[in-house]
Formats: sequence, C-alpha cells, structure tokens
Amino acid sequence: MGIIHTSRIKSPWIMHFDNSSCNGCDIEVLACLTPLYDVERFGIVNMGNPKHADVLVITGPVNYRTARVLKNLYAQVPDPKMVIAVGTCACSGGVFHNCYNILGGVDKVVPVDVYVPGCAARPEAIIDGVVLALQKLAKAQGVAK
Amino acid sequence: MNQFWIAVIAIIVAPIIGGLLAGIDRKITARLQGRWGPPIIQPFYDLFKLFGKSRIATSRMQLVWIYGYLVFMITCLVFLVLKLDILLLVFLLGFAGVCFVLGGFSCKSPYSHFGANRELLQMLSYEPVLLLTALGIYAQNGSFMISEIFNRPEPLLASLWPIFIALLVILTIKLRKSPFDISTSHHAHQELVKGIMTEYSGPYYALIQLTEWYEIVLLLGIIALFWANPLWVGILIALAAFVLELFIDNIAARMTAGWMVRFSWAIGLVLCILNIAYLYLMKGVS
Ligand code: SF4
Repeated sequence: MGIIHTSRIKSPWIMHFDNSSCNGCDIEVLACLTPLYDVERFGIVNMGNPKHADVLVITGPVNYRTARVLKNLYAQVPDPKMVIAVGTCACSGGVFHNCYNILGGVDKVVPVDVYVPGCAARPEAIIDGVVLALQKLAKAQGVAK
Repeated sequence: MNQFWIAVIAIIVAPIIGGLLAGIDRKITARLQGRWGPPIIQPFYDLFKLFGKSRIATSRMQLVWIYGYLVFMITCLVFLVLKLDILLLVFLLGFAGVCFVLGGFSCKSPYSHFGANRELLQMLSYEPVLLLTALGIYAQNGSFMISEIFNRPEPLLASLWPIFIALLVILTIKLRKSPFDISTSHHAHQELVKGIMTEYSGPYYALIQLTEWYEIVLLLGIIALFWANPLWVGILIALAAFVLELFIDNIAARMTAGWMVRFSWAIGLVLCILNIAYLYLMKGVS
C-alpha cells in the first residue's frame, strides 16, 4: 500500500563495503554497476555514503578491525535497511574462516537479510540477491504480489 | 487573485516538470553510456522513498537552512512566473545559494565543510554573471521587469547572444554537471563522498532534490526569456540547452575549482561586459 512503500521497492540505493576479502567479490559487485549488467535499470544506484543508502552490500569475512567499522556503517544507514552478504566469505568466513584475526561471516556483527553464495559470487547472483532482499522488504510491509 | 493562482499552479507543476527532466537526464545519460537506464519516473520513486525513510539529523541548524534553501528557490520561481523584477530574482537566488552553503557549514563533518567551501567558489563564479545578465536585460529594455521582456516584439537573443552564451556556462555550474561538479555530484561518481550533501539523509535529502528540481525549471525559464515572443520558441531553446548540458556532462571530466572560477570569469564576465558596453555605445550613437 501507499506510494512510499512502492517507491522503496523501486529505488534501492546500495552501499558497498568490503571487510577483508580477496577482492574477488568486490570486482563482481562493481561489475553489476557496469553497462553490461546495468543495475540502474532497476533503480539501483551505488552510493558512497551510508546516510543515503538503503541496502548494504557486504563482501569478505569480518575481522576484529572491520567489525567496528561495519557496526558504525550499519548504524548510519537510515531505516528501513537491508543487509546482503555477498560471497562465501561474507556468509561464513569462507576460505579465511579459521584465520587468527577473522571473526567469521557478516552475521556475527550485523543482522543479515540475504546470503548470496559463490566464490566469487556471480553478478547475476548478486542482482538476484538484491531482488530477493526487496521481496523480503515488500513482504514485511505487506505489499508483496 | 488571478496572480495568486498562477503562483500556486507554478509551485505545484514545477517539481513535476523538474522531476521528469531529471528522469530524462538519467535516461539520456544512460543511453550515451551504452546502457538502458532507469524509467523516466525513477526520480519520483527516489523522492518518495527518501520521504519515507527515518529522520536522522546531525544538527538542527542544518534543517533551518535547508528549508530556507527551498523557500527562497520557490520565491524565485514565483517571481519568474508573475513576471516581476529580474534583479530581485537574482538576489533571491543568491540567498538560496547562501542558505545551502550555511547548511553545509552547520555540521561538523569535514566532507560537508569541503563541499560547502567549494559551493562558495561556485557561487563566486556564477553570481557576477547572473547579475550582469540582469543588467544586460536592463540595458536592452530600460527596465528590470520581466513583463517588459514579453512586451517587446523582437527577442532578447538577437542583441544579447553573448550574455546567452555566458548563461549556458552558468547553467552547467548551477546544475552541478561536469566539468563543474566540484561541490557535489550525482549518482555513482562521488568525490568527497557526496560533498555538501554528505550529512543530509532521508526526508531532508529529499527536500534538497525537490529544490534542485525547482532550480532546473527556474534556470530553464530564465533561458526561455531570451526568446519570450512567442514563448514556445524560448521553451524549445531552453530544452535544447538542457540536452546540450547532458552532452557536456558526459564528454567532460571534472576540473579543479580554481580552473572553474578562472574559466567562468574569463568567458562569462568578458562576454557580458562586452555585450553591455556595446549596447550602451549603440544607444549613445543613436
Ligand atoms: S568468496 Fe571467494 S572471491 Fe569472494 S571474497 Fe571470499 S575468497 Fe574472495
């Protein structure tokens, strides 16, 4: 219901944050923004500023240093917000899971709404992840089709 | 009473036109970059979404300034549609810019301060040219009233074309398009995070977007004045100028702030002053 609820689904602005990954997933996230995949068709825009973002796209496993940063960024995103963990590392720690400085997946620090698996996660999967997050948001607001 | 309704209609219709222009902007930009681009009404989705977000304010003063920015911009638009004094319009536009800058300065974030400083430099580069535009219209018409422009049979463009070119440069600066997007920039190419808009979020950011839409309509309206008789030619010229800005935005890289001031003064001020001097010399002869 309501034009605001519809608009939330139509215009997810993402902010991309990389914890301590190998950079593989970052490149895939950025690939989504290139003309080949062109996520701006769906109203998705990459913002550099947590205060303007709706969806946090997080790659890489959380370590002791980035946990603090991640919490801070999460707190700065205005509600309603979604968190997407992109890549195996962000989901569970992945290949880094038993390093001495790694806490584990993103959900150790902030609540995660959607997990996108893959090492590296493919751009199609990332776009699917954002769509899934929006469906979740729509269901939560009672505007699901 | 009639005037009142004209003003009300303008205040309601201007953001709709501005939003559509912003949507066309994003579509054309996407096509120029080989992408499909968002739907034309995407800016409205963005706006309503932002209005629905939670309110986080970093400083209360900031909110006062942002409302001031909006109110002054709307007042400018009312001055334009009621065909009042163009000199006062330019001053009010300056007040609107000052409100925006003070909003940037009123919180502690260094990004916001950097953006506000650069916005000040932008004002330094466009204000003199806007002022000289008003003076040029005065030199031609003998009056600052916009209604006088509509009374003249021949268009202003015939005698004021150097000022028109200067105004096109100013339009690029005012719309914050490349190569002049130094204080803040639009989507996906952030410098200084988001510059002066860093600290605004949710509904307050939406208010800034709304003000920008008013600003687009206002500036294109001023450009349309250069061919006020018949007005539709002026509107076509304004739309052509808008599309030209999009092309410049996509082919130009961002330049430094110092370069911007030098460029706009070297081109804009010189063209304006030559134009006005020529008009006065001609009047002296005849
Ligand atoms: S999931 Fe694979 S590609 Fe992605 S950050 Fe981890 S190791 Fe790199």
